[in-house]
Amino acid sequence: MKIKKMAGFAAAAMMCSAFMAGCTVKSAASKGNQAGDTIKIGVNMELSGAAAGYGQQEKNGIELAVQEINAKGGVNVNGKKKKIKAIYRDNKSSTSTSASVAAQLTSQDKAVALIGPATTNAGTATIPTANKANVPFLSASATAPDFTLDKKGKVQPYVFRACFKDDYQGITAAKFAYDTLKAKKVAILADNSSDYGTGITKAFKKAFKGQVVAAQYFQAGDKDFNSILTSIKSKNFDALYIPAYYTECGTIIKQAREAGIKQPILGADGMSDDKMIKIAGNANSSDIYYTTPFTALSAATNPLVSKFNKAYNAKFGEDAPTFAALAYDSVYMVKKAIETEKSADSVKIREGLAKLKNFKGVTGNTTMDAKHNPQKSITIVKLENGKSVKGYVVK
Amino acid sequence: MSTFLQQLINGLSLGSIYALLALGYTMVYGIIKLLNFAHGDVYMLGAFFGYYTIKCLHFGFFGALISSMVFCALAGVLVEIIAYKPLLNSPRITMLITAIGVSYFLENGMTYLFTANTRNFPQVIKRVSYDLGPVQVSNVQLLIFITTIILLILLQVIVQKTKMGRAMRAMAVDPDAAALMGINVSGTIAFTFAIGSALAGAAGVLIGMYYNSIDPMMGLTPGIKAFVAAVLGGIGSIPGAAIGGIVIGFLETMFQSIGLSAYKDAAVYAVLIIILLVLPSGLFGKRTIEKV
Repeated sequence: MKIKKMAGFAAAAMMCSAFMAGCTVKSAASKGNQAGDTIKIGVNMELSGAAAGYGQQEKNGIELAVQEINAKGGVNVNGKKKKIKAIYRDNKSSTSTSASVAAQLTSQDKAVALIGPATTNAGTATIPTANKANVPFLSASATAPDFTLDKKGKVQPYVFRACFKDDYQGITAAKFAYDTLKAKKVAILADNSSDYGTGITKAFKKAFKGQVVAAQYFQAGDKDFNSILTSIKSKNFDALYIPAYYTECGTIIKQAREAGIKQPILGADGMSDDKMIKIAGNANSSDIYYTTPFTALSAATNPLVSKFNKAYNAKFGEDAPTFAALAYDSVYMVKKAIETEKSADSVKIREGLAKLKNFKGVTGNTTMDAKHNPQKSITIVKLENGKSVKGYVVK
Repeated sequence: MSTFLQQLINGLSLGSIYALLALGYTMVYGIIKLLNFAHGDVYMLGAFFGYYTIKCLHFGFFGALISSMVFCALAGVLVEIIAYKPLLNSPRITMLITAIGVSYFLENGMTYLFTANTRNFPQVIKRVSYDLGPVQVSNVQLLIFITTIILLILLQVIVQKTKMGRAMRAMAVDPDAAALMGINVSGTIAFTFAIGSALAGAAGVLIGMYYNSIDPMMGLTPGIKAFVAAVLGGIGSIPGAAIGGIVIGFLETMFQSIGLSAYKDAAVYAVLIIILLVLPSGLFGKRTIEKV
């Protein structure tokens, strides 16, 4: 009886899916979305909510890149120039909204590639949709180590990212703290409510040659760190490592400096948002270092960055922030994928992204590895009085 | 030892805020037996109103504090008139669910109007730290203690010495009998909401100054923790709520200082469960026999 029922369900489900598949693929025989006269890129972004700082930056980066490409006539698709149209939708920094936004962009808007979400959790929520719709999605900044892999460690076919992995940030920060800052003892204060915080912390602990004297955790949204900081302060340490997003980093830096913790504070790319400095206060934001894929400081040495930063300054009236740079590169990565594959169909873009080699972007030279993780250089930025004063490039 | 004393200071500043919030819960419960779950969101409204008075109207700290208290009092009364008054004679569960609805409305309404972004609270008072022997106290922390104590004394005077306070106490004992004695029931309820919400507004501005970060969802967790504090102190009891708040503040701080920072919220909720099992009427609550 049970088996019969199940079989009935299965048959019904199959019929349903066959019917729906019939709906979505009308004219073309192949899977995925085909490009029309314009190349539609869906932007699934954190435009409001806790991670809106990153989302807004990325939106700016995408706008700039699309504007530049269209000003030059568009993308060369097998000899024919096609313009790009970016469709922006807000996922409200929520995993559930992010999944529905992805479905909307792939099935309703017929986007041939998705850019975003900016954060790992919201990004992970869109993976099933991207795989099912056969539309590649490129997150500019989802840095969790296993983001592009499924539970068994196999590569998710349609998932890519433009940034390096968290462990790379953790490892680099560990080396930098030990070699450059000469910190032999480190205290860690990490966000354990996100894959981001836990992932970086794990890598840092493993790679750090000195001693980790204290490791304490908090939840995203916490505002009171006074008691954790008081107990950390009583320990003897040379540097404080806080892999977290900017809202909490800002509050922690403020409370740490006010509690009299004068040691250098290290963080990851979650720190690269001006809001952090606003919350912490300029006077407190000194002797702070963070790992990041990009800094406008390298405009002095890199002509590509200098051109990008100038254009960004002209359009938005400020130096280009990290996430804008990553999103800007993401658009160009999709462009390059289309040009090498000579097609703007979603399945072909996927192949182009997987084969991406020696792509010259503002965040460094990028080559996609077999696991869809880009290989690129990393920069460490130093803050003094709320201003970025120095960038160290680590290969 | 100095670390321990410093932790006491941290716990006291956190606990003062919970105490201010818990008072609003407990007073409303005492009068109309309603758990006003929208109370945490009134606190958020207070923080935002403080933000705008300082940023746009260039108020000083005390101006912002007092105007925010007035604003929240009005907001609290408005919520009472619109959402709770029509339901005064319906079952308690109806009002409870309405309170949750009001809470969602305020959170999402504010998110819609002002986005969910975290804002930095304008720092109108320059922060100064004082070294008192082994411990360090900042002027903002002192401000939190002093404001809380003044408001607590003021509340005690209102409840014990004024006519309105006597009406509130009479309502808490027996609303029907109080009404028969000529007490203005709806006026007293509105007054209770006004006082409770004003305290929440004060807490909102103090927190804004202290942490320098406010957002539309900021009322959620402190609201629930203040509820735990009110239950711990014995819901309906004003001194109980104040002490419950301080105890919860200390508990959270101690859990973090012994290295179990990831479990501090769990500890607070565990207290709620234990209290409900062992001492359902709380530390200072009246033990009443339920008549069947």
